[in-house]
Amino acid sequence: MSDKQDVTFTVNGDERKIRVEPRRSLADALREDCGLTGTHLGCEHGICGACTVLVDDQPVRSCLMFAVQAEGARVRTVEGLAAGDKLHPLQQAFWQHHGLQCGFCTPGFLMLAVSILERDPNIAEPELREALSSNLCRCTGYQNILKSVLAAAAEMRK
Amino acid sequence: MRWVGRPLPRYEDPVLLRGRGRYTADLAKGARILRFLRSPVARGRILAVNAPPEVPMITAAVLGDVQPICPRLDRPDYVPVAQPILAQERVTYVGEPIAAVIGDTAAEAEDLAEQVAIEIAAETPVVTLDQALAPGASLVHDLAAQNTLIDARFETAGIAASFATAHHVVEFTFTSGRQSAVPLETRGAVAAFDPATGRVTLSASTQMPHLLRTGIADALGIAESELRVVAPEVGGGFGQKMALIPEYVIVVWAARRLACTVAWIEDRLENLSASFHARDQRLQLRGAFDAEGRLLAIDADVLCNVGAYSNFPATCGVEPLMALADMPGPYRVPEYRARARGIASNTCPMAPYRGVSRPVITAAMERLMDCAAARLGLDALEIRRRNLTSDFPHTSVTGVVHDPGSYREAMEAAARVVDFLQFRARQQAARADGRWLGLGISVFAERTGPGTPAFAARRMVMTPGFERVELAMDPSGFLEARIGSSPHGQGLKTTLAQLIADEIGIAPKQIRVVAGDTDRTPYGWGTFASRSLVIAGGACKLAATTLRERLQSVAGQILEAAASDIEIGNGRAFVRGTDLAVEVRQVARAAYHQSHRFPAIAETGLAAVATYDPYGTFSNACHIAIVAVDIATGQVTIERFVVVEDAGQLINPMIVEGQIHGGVAQGIANALYEKVVYDDAGNLLTGSLADYLVPTMSEIPSVEIHHLATLTEASVTGAKGVGEGGTIGAPAAVLNAVSDALAPFGVGIFEMPITPQRILQLLREAGCKA
Repeated sequence: MSDKQDVTFTVNGDERKIRVEPRRSLADALREDCGLTGTHLGCEHGICGACTVLVDDQPVRSCLMFAVQAEGARVRTVEGLAAGDKLHPLQQAFWQHHGLQCGFCTPGFLMLAVSILERDPNIAEPELREALSSNLCRCTGYQNILKSVLAAAAEMRK
Repeated sequence: MRWVGRPLPRYEDPVLLRGRGRYTADLAKGARILRFLRSPVARGRILAVNAPPEVPMITAAVLGDVQPICPRLDRPDYVPVAQPILAQERVTYVGEPIAAVIGDTAAEAEDLAEQVAIEIAAETPVVTLDQALAPGASLVHDLAAQNTLIDARFETAGIAASFATAHHVVEFTFTSGRQSAVPLETRGAVAAFDPATGRVTLSASTQMPHLLRTGIADALGIAESELRVVAPEVGGGFGQKMALIPEYVIVVWAARRLACTVAWIEDRLENLSASFHARDQRLQLRGAFDAEGRLLAIDADVLCNVGAYSNFPATCGVEPLMALADMPGPYRVPEYRARARGIASNTCPMAPYRGVSRPVITAAMERLMDCAAARLGLDALEIRRRNLTSDFPHTSVTGVVHDPGSYREAMEAAARVVDFLQFRARQQAARADGRWLGLGISVFAERTGPGTPAFAARRMVMTPGFERVELAMDPSGFLEARIGSSPHGQGLKTTLAQLIADEIGIAPKQIRVVAGDTDRTPYGWGTFASRSLVIAGGACKLAATTLRERLQSVAGQILEAAASDIEIGNGRAFVRGTDLAVEVRQVARAAYHQSHRFPAIAETGLAAVATYDPYGTFSNACHIAIVAVDIATGQVTIERFVVVEDAGQLINPMIVEGQIHGGVAQGIANALYEKVVYDDAGNLLTGSLADYLVPTMSEIPSVEIHHLATLTEASVTGAKGVGEGGTIGAPAAVLNAVSDALAPFGVGIFEMPITPQRILQLLREAGCKA
């Protein structure tokens, strides 16, 4: 169990070499071995989606994936969304439209929304609502999350 | 430029959006990780707790004279019970902490925990209200006869006569399932021992850092100055994080004992099983009405299953006493009798949860109104028109004073928004097509921002209420506001900055609100009871007025004018009616660096302190839900949800609406989805988020919000609290709507959550063959 393995992947474009136990989840590896604590753990059983990150552009529950499974993968987290001082259109829209309150679910929703809009920038509201149902939020009642993602989609289509 | 009333984007957000917010678990790097061993059975005697010698354990035996948690009410109808920090002889609920181990990593701590063997002689638990109240039921606590921890009563003289002369008596039993607040961030703590000072800094996911400091210091028998409590970013609380928990006492104890940093990050199973629950209630409600449908009297018997222990500081009286005091709500109720009991059981303890009792009592009262309307042949609006109070201030039958509100106006406005009569026509047409639509109304008044008088009336030994604020302007003209309250997602730092900005005449971005650090802020009670904007906001306004006067005095001297002729706006102080002006930052610099010129502020400098402790103020709202019920599947779809609310002066309407959105979502969850379930042996069956159904974006509709703004003098800012209203009003609207939809089948709903299975069962019992 404790025999550690080397894992090499990129996180937000930077190559990372870490040495972890095979049982280490990707979420724990990001948080503890890479120091990227923007990825949050809300349930550690794959329901809440707070830990959503993109692995090779696909949204995954990083609490349900082992770090060793990310060998060679391209991982994207909330910390990589903004370009320097410039917020990503989704971050900007969440700010403008009050798409967050306590902020704990926010990184997961942002990464989920990034993957949805990258796949289909013209996604219709009913499909978007369904796709965003993957994650839980306890503060906002979801209304302003939906509004934020729709606003960002419009902005990103410009 | 006026800042109050503007939907200013929050100053809290950029750091959170970038993933740079520091929540408790983010502070655990380098800490040793503590893991609790918890009771796997609901009730029993601990026979042995054993571990191999290489696995050191923390057990009750090694804690020595660490004191139990014993919350108190100063009332003869309350039985105080002491909750041990770690169970020693007996266990009283599944999830109760028995021992703890510490590893270098979370994984290692879990490995160590697996080596601990706990032997318990299990006994038959009391799980439900019926079991706890059955004659001869075993007692959760020997001191509490009939498992009754609190038994509060209220009765007016004319109650019997009112029921005897009533034209109509409506009565039913109403039940609310047990709920969990489920903040997305679980509880957690990082306790860092400082070898230089011997102090411990406890970072914890809490709504009340100062109360934690008091409670932990008392339990450990240390001075409060030995402990600093920090609430970093907190990922939601909703009441679950406003109580002292044994886990935090242990974490601080361990950090002191081991002289290192110790962290405990709760997992979701622990949160669902061993963090606090709420809302497990059964009410028997009787209403006496005259021939015109006017309420003559209410008779209520309220039973709350409060679990195994009482919570600190609110106590297990919080739900029954709230029900007792606030049952009449927005209605004129001349005669009232109530009995409200808190019943102990071998289940997880309860604590306040957003709305506290009022989601349940509002649902029951609003069902009563609709049932009475049906009995009298009135519509849902008319029965309420005849009973809502419109004379303010209104003193309720229990002596609670309601400041001016818009109870009736809010309902009429909501009825216009949904076009009540047009809906009835649409409903008839849909029924002809075999589609079952329903409209449900909920009118309520919410006591917000209660100060010490309200809590003293409940006879709490620890009486929350006041908030203190310290303002200090630095030599560059930047203002710091240190508050005792402790926001955790409400955007309070932004709203307070808006309030202070207007009062002083500087921009909100020149103001930093500091909260959640007992070393940096004045003693305060934290964020709960829709109180922070009302009370901390009031204190901010009072302190800001004083600070503005001090700035005016300095500026007046600089500009050679009377202080009373100085106005401050947009960061400049100027002589009224002239172009003589000086920047506030220049005023600040002069006040510090040439202080000999300004004897008037020699004692205070550019600082001000204020304390505010109001009676409290009532916000109000009307919710209307329109639902469709599929009688083949029992599925309820909310087609429309309208809120007309009155929170007085809105400081930041965007934030107010966000509170309502989130509150309504939790209310809908209460009405339709969420229920903590135990089996007969007291095992939790809803130990994951796959079993405990927090609704998603697919279930929660968009909410249409309309605002009314009654001017109130009950708060110095004119603002009323708004944090809990959505949760209070929504269940009643949904249950009335489902009942309205199913009225043709003779089915009425008197329970929540009303799940598809239950709807189908009720339809079957009513003889409906779908």
